[in-house]
Amino acid sequence: MREEPEPRRYGRGLFLLTVAGGISSLAWGKAAWSHVSGVISPIAATIAPILPTQGWRIYTVSDSMPTFDPATYRLRVGGLVQKPVSLTYEHLLALPRAEQVTTFHCVTGWTVQNVHWAGVRLNDVFDLVRPLPEAGALQFVSNENPYIDYLTMQQSLLPEVMLAYEMDGKPLPREHGAPLRLIIPEMYGYKNVKWLGGINLVPQAEQGYWEQLGYDQNAWVGRSNGYSS
Amino acid sequence: MTRYIPRFSVTERVLHWVNALGFLFVAATGLILYLPSLSVLVERRPLIKDMHFWGGIGWISSLALVVLFGDKRGLLRAARELERFDHDRLNVGQKVNAILMAAFTILFFISGMLLWLGERDTRYRFASTVVLHDGVMFAALTLFVGHLYLAVLHPATRHSLRGMTRGSVREDWARVHYPRWVDSQRG
Repeated sequence: MREEPEPRRYGRGLFLLTVAGGISSLAWGKAAWSHVSGVISPIAATIAPILPTQGWRIYTVSDSMPTFDPATYRLRVGGLVQKPVSLTYEHLLALPRAEQVTTFHCVTGWTVQNVHWAGVRLNDVFDLVRPLPEAGALQFVSNENPYIDYLTMQQSLLPEVMLAYEMDGKPLPREHGAPLRLIIPEMYGYKNVKWLGGINLVPQAEQGYWEQLGYDQNAWVGRSNGYSS
Repeated sequence: MTRYIPRFSVTERVLHWVNALGFLFVAATGLILYLPSLSVLVERRPLIKDMHFWGGIGWISSLALVVLFGDKRGLLRAARELERFDHDRLNVGQKVNAILMAAFTILFFISGMLLWLGERDTRYRFASTVVLHDGVMFAALTLFVGHLYLAVLHPATRHSLRGMTRGSVREDWARVHYPRWVDSQRG
């Protein structure tokens, strides 16, 4: 009688290979994904409108996202300024409009490229309120209580810093911070305060919401929060 | 008269359903965190995040408890079956599915813990953790959809669900799909 050959034992190998491949991807996963997404980007661009995420994740720190009512919304700018103002949504739209296409980086590792923002530069807001000489930083207060964060005056005047009210050609969606969010592409997303309700000029930058939980105050992309590029 | 033969032990079935419930819970809460449309619909992110994290811990702990208090010898036998890529009580596709899901569960746990720890300490923060967690999620959901189709919808294979709910399957069905195993049962 002919004996059947012993079946190959692949199970443990497959298991270990999958686990080892997954763990090692902590070292190469993002770089590999960047290459892959570069190759598939033409396809991705075609199907982007039907993709469920388009690369974004929505992070909030409270149970519900603030809602926006154009009739009642105000951006209050005060603190160390000569002339505090309370800007309506219409007033914001009437300020000189700036546009830019920049990449958005989250500290958790995801990135959204080529985001088209429109809004106003802080310089144009400063022209309205006229900061006092002792103002060294800006406190950005979100309507999502208790979220706040800070930029130094110098950081706030970087060329691509913006108070954005439009994203990809449409009014800023609620989940992205409607009607107004801070954009500073040079820093990770947690500095890009959403649902902006107030800006206070203060003597110096302090710790924002995530910074009180251990994140870096100067959240430069690729060279903060444990990352070095 | 229809004859039934036992296919999965109580421990195997409990392990399967504990795993299924754990997976579905973390998949549901994870998708709420991952998909903007669901995030907007559900909101309450801090609560969902806690549910996702503790659901994951509960999933792994429940699996460990089943292994600890269940029929360990039977589970060891099943693990040896998975080692051999032959068509016996399980076919090769089912074995690959079980092995990959087991590996994915470990990768979910490691990457999930790193995401959780990374929020608290930069030493645990890696740029690729989220790529791993998401990649495993896509792979696991793909396997899950295929598994669900074969176990619930596909006419030729859906009878196998009875084996995982009541423990036994029709002998005539098993003879068509798992002839070697049926012969070995007559031993």
